[in-house]
Amino acid sequence: MHRTAVKKVVFEGVLDANDALAQANREKFDQAGTYVVNMMSSPGAGKTALLEHTLDRIRGKLRLGVLEGDVQTTLDADRLARFHVPLVQVNTDPGFGGECHLDANMVRSGLSELPLNEMDVLIIENVGNLVCPAEFRVGENVRVMVYSVTEGEEKPLKYPLMFRSADLVLVNKVDLLEHLDFDLEQFLGNLDAVNPGVERVLTSARTGQGVDEWCSWLERHGTLS
Amino acid sequence: MHELSIADSVVRIASRHADGRQVTKVYLKVGYLRQVVPSALAFSFELVAQGTPVEGSDLEMEEIPATGKCHACGAESQLNSFPLQCKTCGNLDLELIAGEELYVESLEMEDQELTG
Repeated sequence: MHRTAVKKVVFEGVLDANDALAQANREKFDQAGTYVVNMMSSPGAGKTALLEHTLDRIRGKLRLGVLEGDVQTTLDADRLARFHVPLVQVNTDPGFGGECHLDANMVRSGLSELPLNEMDVLIIENVGNLVCPAEFRVGENVRVMVYSVTEGEEKPLKYPLMFRSADLVLVNKVDLLEHLDFDLEQFLGNLDAVNPGVERVLTSARTGQGVDEWCSWLERHGTLS
Repeated sequence: MHELSIADSVVRIASRHADGRQVTKVYLKVGYLRQVVPSALAFSFELVAQGTPVEGSDLEMEEIPATGKCHACGAESQLNSFPLQCKTCGNLDLELIAGEELYVESLEMEDQELTG
């Protein structure tokens, strides 16, 4: 049988479907007056530990809620449950082999369980991963990246996708600096190379250093919305 | 491994545009700054395409170099590494005009609907 080939011009963005859902999420957030932070990092950088400090300090000042993304388990959500803030866990496991990031649809699926109208700020704790979460908008107002000094100075150059998309970088675990060969100046130079002048706060979830500064940042942004 | 999600989305887009025909080739444009690993994407694509009208098709990826236009001197530079910097005057204040693309450009299909 003779078959001829035909060509069809498509010009469709690979992430268009996700971006449309992200936009719908954003409209929902804007309507509720909820400021949304997409918090991203590699696994073990200290997102949950910083969130514990954040919830502890800011509870009386801002009405916070948390959407936890994880490939498996509810361990992070369990850690935050004692703060009695609206909290929803989204497991990405049902995706093919467990998705390595949250996308706009997964976030949407968690929103029905959150009282957005009663929240000033929603913090979305993304899946620990230094590449994929940066690719998928979820409707956030701002991207906060947590980076720990145990990860090495060169990572901004190796993973520019995420570092370039961050609006604020929390440089965490600085209490360990005296024990490490980590060159903070070199790291900050690399950070400026990929994202010139991006805001940064040095933090330690262990000693509490910088947590006030981060919380003030969040209060400032969260009350503007 | 965002390549898997990207592959999944590419297959969905191609299947929808195929209107029931067998796809033989998918042309994808990928900006340099997207950090897509071609071998990982090709592998994911083959896997995800199974059982769809896209199964067995070729994925043609074309990488688009990152290009910036300098806000100071107006020159355009191809950007291969960070910092993204004007190659004419060294300025860091650039407008990115290419390098962040990620889209399905076109498809090749057999000119006949699949049966069964």
